[in-house]
Parts: sequence; structure tokens; C-alpha cells
Amino acid sequence: MSFQIKKAWTIASRDYRTYFTSPIAYIVIAGFLVIMGWMFFFNLNHFAMQNVQFKQYGMGKGMSLTEGVIRPLYGNMNVIFLFLVPFITMRLFAEERKMQTIQLLMTSPVTLTEIIVGKFLSALLLVATMLGLTAVYPVVLLVCGNPDPGTLLTNFVGTLLLASCYVGMGVLFSSMTENQIVAGALTFAAGLFFWLINWASQSAGPVWSDFLDYLSLIQHYNNFSQGILDSTDVIFYFSFVGLSLFFTHRVLDSYRWR
Amino acid sequence: MIEVSGLTKLYGQRSAVTDLSFTVKSGEIVGFLGPNGAGKSTTMKILTGFMPASSGTVKVNGFDVFEQAIEVKRSVGYLPENPPVYFEMVVEEYLKFAARLHDVPKNRMKEAVESALSRTGLLQVRKRIIGNLSKGFRQRVGLAQALVHDPKVLILDEPTVGLDPVQIIEIRELIKSLKGRHTVILSSHILPEVTATCERIIVINKGRIVAEDSIERLTGRMKQGLVYHLDVKNPAPAGIAALRSVPGVKEISVSGSKLLIEILPEQNELRDRLVEAAVHEKMGVLEFAPETRSLEDVFLQLTTQENHA
Repeated sequence: MSFQIKKAWTIASRDYRTYFTSPIAYIVIAGFLVIMGWMFFFNLNHFAMQNVQFKQYGMGKGMSLTEGVIRPLYGNMNVIFLFLVPFITMRLFAEERKMQTIQLLMTSPVTLTEIIVGKFLSALLLVATMLGLTAVYPVVLLVCGNPDPGTLLTNFVGTLLLASCYVGMGVLFSSMTENQIVAGALTFAAGLFFWLINWASQSAGPVWSDFLDYLSLIQHYNNFSQGILDSTDVIFYFSFVGLSLFFTHRVLDSYRWR
Repeated sequence: MIEVSGLTKLYGQRSAVTDLSFTVKSGEIVGFLGPNGAGKSTTMKILTGFMPASSGTVKVNGFDVFEQAIEVKRSVGYLPENPPVYFEMVVEEYLKFAARLHDVPKNRMKEAVESALSRTGLLQVRKRIIGNLSKGFRQRVGLAQALVHDPKVLILDEPTVGLDPVQIIEIRELIKSLKGRHTVILSSHILPEVTATCERIIVINKGRIVAEDSIERLTGRMKQGLVYHLDVKNPAPAGIAALRSVPGVKEISVSGSKLLIEILPEQNELRDRLVEAAVHEKMGVLEFAPETRSLEDVFLQLTTQENHA
């Protein structure tokens, strides 16, 4: 089957613009920035107070900027994305199916893969926009302190990759139903499940525990948060997204045959 | 241009379309007529490649809709039952999006959108948001979307549903103007719609073709004998018996004071004698009129035939 990125882009750009012609983008972005700003401010505040105390009592150097600010900041951001991405992705296919506008896409000379990739890109682009807006925080840190730029970068990339997994699941669940609430709820539940899946690893046998650890979305983020870029983690996130989109393809194809 | 042979579509155990075969020549306007649930929309969805058939083949413009779906979709414009419009988009933007999806080259984009807007009479609402438009305008936006890439084949599923009479006439004129330039298949469950726009009709009922002919021939085919309405003051049995005894009368059915007199074919000049008999019996004639069978009756007869059989 042929794949033209131009076609996928046609769909992606329309959907991306739709986020901004409806209130969705503004509300999601505003909520995100308020919470992130709040968290960043108090993280920084807490970090500064702690370091002052460390110095007062002569307890050594205290926490590094990476430990004290960057890791909690992006760790928190990952949780917020877990909550917000379902609101971004839930409409992608569910709304098209409900309004029957999907008939336009399905009867146009566009392949299913192009449609799915287009939808995925539109939501990922909004996530990237949100992430881009939080670039002020690293900039503040770079101006006022001396954080490790490498760690900042891996956190940034890791967060985008982790969020793209949520987006992938969001696309999949949105293709399964006409009901946006159902799609959103399933996306959130699945995201949380894949986050917590390694809780079971402590009570599982040695092989299973490794396997469950491997499946956990957050487990693969650990390296990124410490400034390590490991191809295993990148491949895991890419496969996770790929598999989600592949299943979406199966779902939409089976919908045609019904 | 369009060749359908042995088309069957099953939804689970239930068959929506059974062994449908027909052809449409280039430049023709064909009406797809049938009651609701006859399988019109299903057939159209298969023609556009939206859903695959259970068996049978469909060729549009020489391409197989299943094997060469992309080529078929490029040469087909489709207006589904509900226009597939995005409510939050501006009319112009939406048409540009549809054109881009259908591979309209960048240098022809503006021209394509302009022509679709003007052909469907949307020029004055081009900057409006689709969700704020009336149903009639949304329908036209849907039609403009089907036209924007100047497709060889247009498939219109109930194009005038939900429009007011003036808009219906406008859309019909528009469809008629497509003749020669595009091959058009349109579906409807309303007869005048099809008679006003189409050259040929395919009547479909319960997933099967029950008749396929030009409009004149279809009406001609059903003119087997005339029927007269006779309204009288006094429908006495003696009078009715007298009417029955007029040679050439096939049957008389009575409901209250209204008589329906069916006469045998080739016996068209019985009017004098029927009225004479009624007057002679002092029935008090109020009204006497011949009833010519319209296409409406043909349609009803064709689509309800199975119940009688």
C-alpha cells in the first residue's frame, strides 16, 4: 500500500487547526500551563529553601538542579499528560464517526494508513505545542543556574515519546467508538494501567517480573530522566506507538466490513 | 462508465442487496428509486468504495472498486445521505480540504473551489461557518464537496432531502446541468424527483432490481386499461349492476358513494355509455373523471408486487 506524507499532512493540518477553532486547544493548554507553572514555581522555591538549609547546617553541597528541579518537573508533566491527552485524542475518530464525516475521508483517494497517521500527527503536534510552551522553564534554569543541558534534552525528548504513547492509545480507542467520553475514559484507563503494570512485578516470578517491567511505560522513562538516552527505550516507545496505530488500522478496516 | 454485476451485500445473515447487475453509460443521469431500506444507500456505498461487497464486481471508469480503490475514488464524487461536513469549518476552507484530499493540484485549487462555489450557489456564504448554515446550505456544501475535483462520476444519495421547494428546484436544475459532463447516479424514494432529473430509472426493492427502463417506457408499460372515478348521490345496487353490465367493464369497486370503474384494455371509449347508464338509473352523477396512472402508481405496483404474489 502506498503512503504519501502529503496526504497525511492534509488531514493532520486540518485536525490541528480544528483544535484551535474549537475551545479544546485553549482550555487544555491553559489548564496545562497553569498547573505546570504552579508546580515549577513551588519546585524551585522548595529547592532554593532546601539548599539554603543545607548551607546553614553545613550538610554539604545539597541537591543538584537536575535532582531538585528538572526531574520532578518533567515527572509531574508526564502525569499531567496522562490526564490531558485523552481529552485531546478522544474526538479524533469518535467525532468523525458520529458526524459521519468519516465518509468523506473513506471515499477520498486516501489510504487508511494516511488517515491514521494524519490523525496521530495532529494530536502529537498539539502535545508538542504544549511541551514547546513549557520551554520557558528550562530557559529560566539555563539563564539563572547551570543545569546539565543534556539532561534537559533527554527529559524533553522522553516526555514527548511517552506522551506519543498516550496519543497512540488515544487514537486507537477513539477509533473503537462513536462516543467521545468512552474513548477518553478508555485512553486514560489504559494509560494508567501501562504506567502501573510493573507493580505486579514484585510478586511475579523472575521472568515475568522482567517482562512486566519492560511493558511499563514509566519504567522506560527512568533513563531519560537521568540524562541517559538508551536505544532500548526509544525502540520501546516507537513500537508502542506503531502497534497502537496498527491496531487502529485493523479496527477501522473491520468497521468497513461490517 | 459504471458496470455492476452480481453485486451482493450481506449484513450478517441479512442481505441488503442481492445479485444486482446494471450498467450506466458515460454522461447519463440515472435515478435509483426505491422505498426506504431497499438497498439504495448500500449500493452507493459499495460503488464509492466506502464498503466492500460480499460478492460480485463493480467497475467504475474501468477500475475495479475493490482492487483499484484509490483510482476509483479519485474519479468519483460522493454525496452521502448526511452531508459529510465539518461543522466548525468555514465553507471555503472545507472545500479546499476536500479538493486537497482528492489530489487537485495546487495551481488549480483556487479555480476548482471557485467553480464549485458558484455552481452550487454558495458564493454569498463562502466565509461562513458550516455549522451556522441552514440545512439546505449544508446540503449544497456537501454537493460542492462532491463536485470540487470535477469527477467523472457523481454519486448522490438523496441529494434534495430536507430542502425547501425552491432549493429542491435549484438542486434539480444543477443536477440536470451536469448531464453530458458527468455521469450521475442519484437515489431517491420520491418519484417526482427522479422524473424531473433522470433519463433512466432503476427501481430497486428489497435489494433487487424490479425494473430498469426509461421514464416514458416505464409509464407506458403500466397503462393496462383505464380506471374511472364515478361519484354519485345514490349508489343503489341496481345502478351498480347496470354499470357492471356495460360491455367492456372489468370490475367495479364501491366505497360509499364513490365508484371505481376498471375497464378492460383497448376499451377506451366507454365514457358515454357509463354516464348514460348512471343517468338512466337516476344515480345522480356528481363527478366523473378518468384516472391516468402516474409513475407513482407504477412505483407502488412494482415495489409492493411481492406482497401480492
